[in-house]
Amino acid sequence: MALSDLFPRRRKDDPEAGAGAAKAPAHPTKALKKFLATLGSHPQPTLLDIGPVVGQNVTFFGERLGCKFQVEELSKDIDRFVREDKLPELPEFLSRRFPQADETFDGILCWDLFDYLDKPAAHALAKQLVRVLRSGGVLFALFNATEAVSTAKSYTRFVVGDEDTIQHRPYAAARGKQKPLPNRDILRMFEPLRVTDQFLLKTNTREMLFRK
Amino acid sequence: MWKRDEGVKGSQPAPTAPAPAHQPVSTAPVPQPESRRIERDVVNIGKSVVIKGELNGSEDLTIEGHVEGKIELKDHVLTIGPNGKIKAQVHAKSVIVLGEVNGNVTATEKVDIRDGGSVDGDIVSPRVAIAEGAHFRGTVDMQRKAGSTQPAQTVKPAAAAATSAPQPQAAAH
Repeated sequence: MALSDLFPRRRKDDPEAGAGAAKAPAHPTKALKKFLATLGSHPQPTLLDIGPVVGQNVTFFGERLGCKFQVEELSKDIDRFVREDKLPELPEFLSRRFPQADETFDGILCWDLFDYLDKPAAHALAKQLVRVLRSGGVLFALFNATEAVSTAKSYTRFVVGDEDTIQHRPYAAARGKQKPLPNRDILRMFEPLRVTDQFLLKTNTREMLFRK
Repeated sequence: MWKRDEGVKGSQPAPTAPAPAHQPVSTAPVPQPESRRIERDVVNIGKSVVIKGELNGSEDLTIEGHVEGKIELKDHVLTIGPNGKIKAQVHAKSVIVLGEVNGNVTATEKVDIRDGGSVDGDIVSPRVAIAEGAHFRGTVDMQRKAGSTQPAQTVKPAAAAATSAPQPQAAAH
């Protein structure tokens, strides 16, 4: 065995090697703390996450809330419809996507998924999320607030560091963010939920908390 | 340094012979030849083995083959190797997934889905780790340990009860 053989192995063993993830920027969050506080008042809340599976988040919410955590990764569905060039069929698909009964979840994490949807698809998804959210439940969503349409085709994996910070880790997507939805459209889309908190971050992201 | 390397080599598990498909399913009471056993009572189910039915055991088990039915290793560690394909309800102390699992997984200690591992089913375990690059679809139920602190409740509930009209606020960044 050559001495040089040891070096790649050592690099592989390094937990930070190859994981640019660890160096992804961490951004402050104002709404997450309130989201947690609301869910903390439920005895064993059930939580739906429509973003990608993030182990750290499962651990974080599981340990903080002792909750039942369900992951329904919608980005994969969106990518499939984009690749198959069937985007007009996406609203119909989303309106059948959630087999859960009405009022199943105490909390829903939407992250920025609505930014990747066209208006009809966004409406169809919002309608389903409102349906599966329990009375008194809370929905957390992020919306792009910049007018410029991004050409970058990437989703963001939101990794919760603590209740005040979220790390943003981009990963490949089949389409980029769409034209931002105006505030009034967002409010209408989630009716009859009411907005309890709204924060405009310096990253031009709107953090919104809805209650049923 | 070289001596240490030799030591590591010596402690590595001996290659296991592939288990025949008709071998008894229960791993506990069956006396196994030394060549089939690796250190710390870990038993391997090889790539070519297909088991349909109930698998019970009282030692750690690594599965590289296909299992359909039910797996129960109540006080031991179950490892689904990269080639392992499981279509079963799994109960174990700890479960490490590097292959594919289709079914519900219950662990009394920990479920660990490693990079490349895949679970389609519900997980019940006090600790769950899902690596980046792992696939998971289902529900995670981490029962909170009795007596553990509940940090979420330390957050002032008044913050949650912000039922006032929507107030756009610029957050300090």
